[in-house]
Amino acid sequence: MNTKLKYILLFQALDFPGGKVTYIPEMRFLSESSGKRIPCYRVLNENGEIITGSDYEQLSEEVSVKIYSNMVSLQMMDTVFYEAQRQGRISFYLTSAGEEAINIASAAALSADDIILPQYREPGILLWRGFTIQEFANQCFGNKDDYGKGRQMPIHYGSKKHNFVTISSPIATQLPQAVGIAYSLKMDKKDACVVTYTGDGGTSEGDFHAALNFSAVTEAPVVFICRNNGWAISTHISEQFRSDGIVVRGRAYGIRSIRVDGNDVLAVYSAIHAAREMAISEQRPVLVEALSYRVGHHSTSDDSTKYRPVDEIVYWKMERNPVNRFRKWVERNGWWSEEKESELRNSVKKQLLQAIQVAEQTEKPPLEDLFSDVYDIRPPNLREQEKQLRETIYRHPQDYPSHVPL
Amino acid sequence: MATIFQGLRGGAAAALTNSIDSKKLLSRSTRRSLSERKVSFPVVRSDGSVNLNPGGSNARARRVDQLITNAVATKADSSAASSTSKPGHELLLFEALREGLEEEMDRDPHVCVMGEDVGHYGGSYKVTRGLADKYGDLRVLDTPIAENSFTGMGIGAAMTGLRPIIEGMNMGFLLLAFNQISNNCGMLHYTSGGQFTIPVVIRGPGGVGRQLGAEHSQRLESYFQSIPGIQMVACSTPYNAKGLMKAAIRSENPVILFEHVLLYNLKERIPDEEYICNLEEAEMVRPGEHVTILTYSRMRYHVMQAAKTLVNKGYDPEVIDIRSLKPFDLHMIGNSVKKTHRVLIVEECMRTGGIGASLTAAITENFHDYLDAPIVCLSSQDVPTPYAGTLEEWTVVQPAQIVTAVEQLCQ
Repeated sequence: MNTKLKYILLFQALDFPGGKVTYIPEMRFLSESSGKRIPCYRVLNENGEIITGSDYEQLSEEVSVKIYSNMVSLQMMDTVFYEAQRQGRISFYLTSAGEEAINIASAAALSADDIILPQYREPGILLWRGFTIQEFANQCFGNKDDYGKGRQMPIHYGSKKHNFVTISSPIATQLPQAVGIAYSLKMDKKDACVVTYTGDGGTSEGDFHAALNFSAVTEAPVVFICRNNGWAISTHISEQFRSDGIVVRGRAYGIRSIRVDGNDVLAVYSAIHAAREMAISEQRPVLVEALSYRVGHHSTSDDSTKYRPVDEIVYWKMERNPVNRFRKWVERNGWWSEEKESELRNSVKKQLLQAIQVAEQTEKPPLEDLFSDVYDIRPPNLREQEKQLRETIYRHPQDYPSHVPL
Repeated sequence: MATIFQGLRGGAAAALTNSIDSKKLLSRSTRRSLSERKVSFPVVRSDGSVNLNPGGSNARARRVDQLITNAVATKADSSAASSTSKPGHELLLFEALREGLEEEMDRDPHVCVMGEDVGHYGGSYKVTRGLADKYGDLRVLDTPIAENSFTGMGIGAAMTGLRPIIEGMNMGFLLLAFNQISNNCGMLHYTSGGQFTIPVVIRGPGGVGRQLGAEHSQRLESYFQSIPGIQMVACSTPYNAKGLMKAAIRSENPVILFEHVLLYNLKERIPDEEYICNLEEAEMVRPGEHVTILTYSRMRYHVMQAAKTLVNKGYDPEVIDIRSLKPFDLHMIGNSVKKTHRVLIVEECMRTGGIGASLTAAITENFHDYLDAPIVCLSSQDVPTPYAGTLEEWTVVQPAQIVTAVEQLCQ
């Protein structure tokens, strides 16, 4: 090779931090979209049949039945508690209707040591991990048996023993915290990862960008699960971003990502199972975008028929229902029947109604819990404020609710 | 030490007697003119520690023995500055912070540091210099530029057992982390029903520097003071910087440690043996009789400078460095107010909504009957800090203004 050619070849590449970058003389802009949308991984078709050629993690009868029962319980819990709010028995509720597969299947693919940082539409994970219906009801009613001691709104569950960090209302704040927890796990070299959830709307927050960036830089074992359910209250995804969903953003941060059918239990289970493996063994973050639909309203403070067509809601509720779809597969395997279905539904309904009754009648947390846990030891100003409050109550007992213990 | 004993008659330390009337401290006193007041002074023990209230009893055990009464760092007086016979060692304030940090990192493997340029660069103010080499990149973590995110990350790490120290390169940048600090750091222990604790320390330099411009001259303590669930302390000398750093790391609550850009190069001799300062205590800088001057951080030095002038003019100011910005040490402050009946607050915060404003309210509420005059609060004006040197100087309270204020207050 003559020297002139050697020189030409040498100067055609730039040694830039991160690797060699070749030069080209043509001015080419990277297109804003890749043309073809990133395909979505799916195992079961709408009829609950395995699509030929799919790779997936085989589920045993025991696990499949447990997943299905939990999905039904979640669905029923949502219905009953939503009604309870409508009747004025609790002040607020938000359902995970349409996203039962994401909730339960992802929880099933994780271990009990994996730490969860939820957004707020993931109570199914607690359900899977053994949180009882009574414990859910206690939190919603804010009574003295609530682990949060009545301090948070309904559905803001938290349970240290289930490795489920208390839900905080502001969107996406849990994402950088997940990176911090993963950092802590990395220091301790634990065989566990952190799994954090957000919706499509949450990906617009600054915390989403920085958390993904950080997790890649610090090589933290986090699995980011984005529940792309089409709506952020009344903001449709077409108004939320112009990218091809969330999955394409992973590459921008150097994060491996996958798009999965969020209403397909087997696909979600397999994808999360694989993602978790990668996160722990390779010490890297993984991004999973689960496509789904928010069948319910955003919360009890919302009426989604005001901004979206009713037939769209009905379509996803009836034809694309994840619970029905998985039921077909479980039944086809001979692991479920109509009889078991009615038995399950009756039992869960009874538990729900009873849990609500008990929770409603349980005492509220005492006045003392208004001032505890602000700091580890109560400082003088809080002790004084408690004293003043008690004096006021003593002087005007008729203005103080009688069913709240002092 | 010379300034404290200005009012002494007879000179030698051995001639001191305890002439503090403990009843006088606790009971109401009537208006008296200055000339009628008996000048009393504290007991100084031979080991250099000072007992300010030997007659009274303190409900909480107070670590008075380890407080240095004169901490104007320019004068290194060995008899008062060390609490035992060892001479101690001299260092600068940023080195004291680093020493405290290093001792805690040695003591507890869960302590870690995160922030921008804290690792191999050693920190913008050299507080973390050498730590990354000693403890590794994971324990001294360099983060990308996203304050809300690394603060959030620190909070997450704290929830699962680590004890992170989050450094803001400048306190003003922590405004980006306000969401995480307020909604999660301060609140999560409470909203989780006590299940998750957040033992973080958030620290960084703040305050008005030398022509750093408006965005780099902010006093974040006024914005953060309302957040429930956090504690705030401000260090002002190498001694209390190290002590407060160690106490903050050991605390189970989230603590914000305010350092000042212009105080990093203060030199002082500090003890060799281990000590920590109490997070909720104020520091008695100069006991006195005529007026209580409450201050913290850099303003302490302006006040001490003014004190020299005041003493020459015959006044006897009592100077307290409040140190604990949330909660206030109303015990020490109260005792002082009951003794002098006049209060002057000197701060760097803006007039509206600053620490001085809250302190004025707290003192008025609790000690109104003991005041002979309205509380005077000297603060910066409600303007962004200008870049021009002359203008910047006039937004910060100067010793001359402090002297004038005391003279007016004591008329």
